[in-house]
Amino acid sequence: MSKIVRSTSEFLIPFIFIFGLYMIMHGHLTPGGGFQGGAVFASGMALLLVAFGSHKLEKKSKAHVLSMLESTGALAFIGLAFGGIAVGFFYNFLVGSSIFGHIPPSGPNRGDMWTGGTIPLMNMAVGLKVIAGLSLIVLVMALASDKTGSQK
Amino acid sequence: MSSLLIHSPILIIAIPLLAAFLTPFISRVSDRARDALVIATLVFVEFLVIILAVDIYRDGPHIYALGASSPLLAMPEHYMVPVRIVLQVDAMSIFMGMISATVSLAAAIYSVSFMRNETGKDKFYTLLLLLTVGMMGLEFTGDMFNLFIFLEILSISGAALAAFRTNFADALEGGFKYMCISAVAALMILFAVGIFYAQYNLLNIAALGQAIQYTMLDKIALTLLMMAFFMKLAGVPLHMWAPDTYSVAPAGITPMIYVASQACMYALFRVCFSLYGVTLNTLTIGWIVIVIGVLSMFVGVTMAVRQSDIKRLMAYHAVSQSGYMLLGVGVGLAVLGNPQALAAYGKQAMEGGIFHIINNAMYKGLLFLTAEALFYSLGTRDLNKMGGIAANMRYTSIFFMIGALAISGIPPFNGFASKLLIYESVYQFNPMLSVIAMMISIITLASFVKVFQSAFTGPILPHFRVVKEVPGPMLGGMGILTAIIIFFSLFPGLIVDQLIHPAVEALISRGAYINAIMGGMQ
Amino acid sequence: MTQGIFNIPFLAVAALIGIGLYIIVFDRNLIKLVIGITVLQAGVNLFLVSLGYRQHGGVPIYTNACHSNMVLPVPQALTLTSIVIGVAITAFMLSMIMIIYRHTGHIDAKKSRKLKG
Repeated sequence: MSKIVRSTSEFLIPFIFIFGLYMIMHGHLTPGGGFQGGAVFASGMALLLVAFGSHKLEKKSKAHVLSMLESTGALAFIGLAFGGIAVGFFYNFLVGSSIFGHIPPSGPNRGDMWTGGTIPLMNMAVGLKVIAGLSLIVLVMALASDKTGSQK
Repeated sequence: MSSLLIHSPILIIAIPLLAAFLTPFISRVSDRARDALVIATLVFVEFLVIILAVDIYRDGPHIYALGASSPLLAMPEHYMVPVRIVLQVDAMSIFMGMISATVSLAAAIYSVSFMRNETGKDKFYTLLLLLTVGMMGLEFTGDMFNLFIFLEILSISGAALAAFRTNFADALEGGFKYMCISAVAALMILFAVGIFYAQYNLLNIAALGQAIQYTMLDKIALTLLMMAFFMKLAGVPLHMWAPDTYSVAPAGITPMIYVASQACMYALFRVCFSLYGVTLNTLTIGWIVIVIGVLSMFVGVTMAVRQSDIKRLMAYHAVSQSGYMLLGVGVGLAVLGNPQALAAYGKQAMEGGIFHIINNAMYKGLLFLTAEALFYSLGTRDLNKMGGIAANMRYTSIFFMIGALAISGIPPFNGFASKLLIYESVYQFNPMLSVIAMMISIITLASFVKVFQSAFTGPILPHFRVVKEVPGPMLGGMGILTAIIIFFSLFPGLIVDQLIHPAVEALISRGAYINAIMGGMQ
Repeated sequence: MTQGIFNIPFLAVAALIGIGLYIIVFDRNLIKLVIGITVLQAGVNLFLVSLGYRQHGGVPIYTNACHSNMVLPVPQALTLTSIVIGVAITAFMLSMIMIIYRHTGHIDAKKSRKLKG
């Protein structure tokens, strides 16, 4: 890609990544959450891929590492769901504890980060899974099409 | 023990899900440990299903509310409707769950040696476990939207498994076709869910069943749901994907995809009986189910006779056998509004249809496995190139013979028991249908005699002289299913009384299904 | 639903579903088939979202909320789930098409033996 594309994306990508992470972190308060934030983050990865080529990106993030991260995200999510099994599956066992433990008042409120119990943690797990999964899809597809292109 | 029992509905779904995402990690350590984990998981699931089944058959349905302060609290205080995701397991669900768990276990054991020379096995087992999750979830869920979710899990993992041997182009095409059909079917279901939500603000099946009015919109939703499920269970005229997909899927997976399509049949029955129940025009809908069943029987078997590819032949027989189940349960549905007819022959027809589901899952699964064992040993699926291998593959030919006799409804075997129930009861409903069903059974027998002659008997072909029996785990997978077939053949009366009858009662008694959730105000 | 203007989303739903089904049934190019499924999906998603709409409703978020009348959040959650699944299906089908193309050199269902019908 041309220099203009590369320098623009160099400038933009940190903001895209931070916005994606913000959406994951605030998933329990504002629109967004694990999937949406992850999708935003992965769109940054797609931009990297377009601007710098798939081989450069593959050096930085190996496919099998991404695959492992994806499984980790899924495991963390299910693990959190299992955490409440003493009461019920998916029971929010962290509410009232010191981690994200406050119970938000019902009705309009100011939006306190430290609420929601397991929900923010589950958002992060889903976020990890989606970031890894979507980046993996984009990366593998780009690599595969490069291969077919070079074969012709 | 009792808390394990309370949590078992969700554990049956969640434990394979956990194991599915653990397998990539264990795979890095050792292949053997991963195989052991997969088998152990499925054995544990089978154990949970059985203890849950014993409890349900004794004490009635289980419900499980996810995330609630008590799992049995379907309805939170101050609410008039269930707002949480609820699992509802009654005798019919757990009956299907037993079939799914058993076939998954047999398939996994069989795959351990069948897939030895393939690559990417960690993904294979992840998908296998996810397919189990999809089936179990579809059978246990208590709300319409999760039915859609689990259907998608089932479809995606099923299609990926069907296309798993990516070195064959036709495997990908079979998988692609399955995915297309599934995607369209799932979107139809989602649209129907939207229609329900728009009218009643409800997603829970029991709550919807209580509120349903059978308005014009409900009729549209019913049409969409029925079309979607007929697509997924390969009812003629929407069966075009079945031979392509079944014939290319790796062995072990074919029976699983087949059982998955029977799980979709369960969903169809659940929608017809528990969601709509007597509010719909049972005679018309029943006849639609019967006509599609008879068409499937007829078209499936006539196409099967012409095939020379052994797996395509079996796939067409699978379509044909689904027709018997639809016929049996369709007769039950047609007379649902008429208590005398229901007691006289409707229940018996449904028992036949539902007994046929489990019989068919076992012997059809066994036949698919033997077909793939032949392919494994001989390297061909073409019947014209096989011959005289009975001497070298003794166990496989015995297994094949048992499966073939069972599917054709030859008296001592279980296929006969369920077909007899269908013939007798359908005869009272409409003699013509019964005669057609018997004719088709005879054509099925003819078709399998042909396969047996061309593949197993006769002089051995010179290049197959060195062919050996398939490895032990493959025989083990087939052996499990054969043992179950023989058990069912010996005690059909016991099975019908103990397993099938409660399942039919659970399906018919819509009030009990609704009350389990709606009456449970605590 | 007395005001005609609120039926416009449903007309769009009908149009999208019609286009999607048309592509799926009549087009033989596999990529276009996937596009058809995506369009169909968009139609169904739009249907779900427009179900939850209320006149003058606000966003269903309580953080610094100033509306008391909110649109229904459940259909939005359903739509979101369906979008997630849609992404997975699209990616999966496209990657299958890539391998089919590598095997056969074309993506036309007419030329392929099994993908007819």
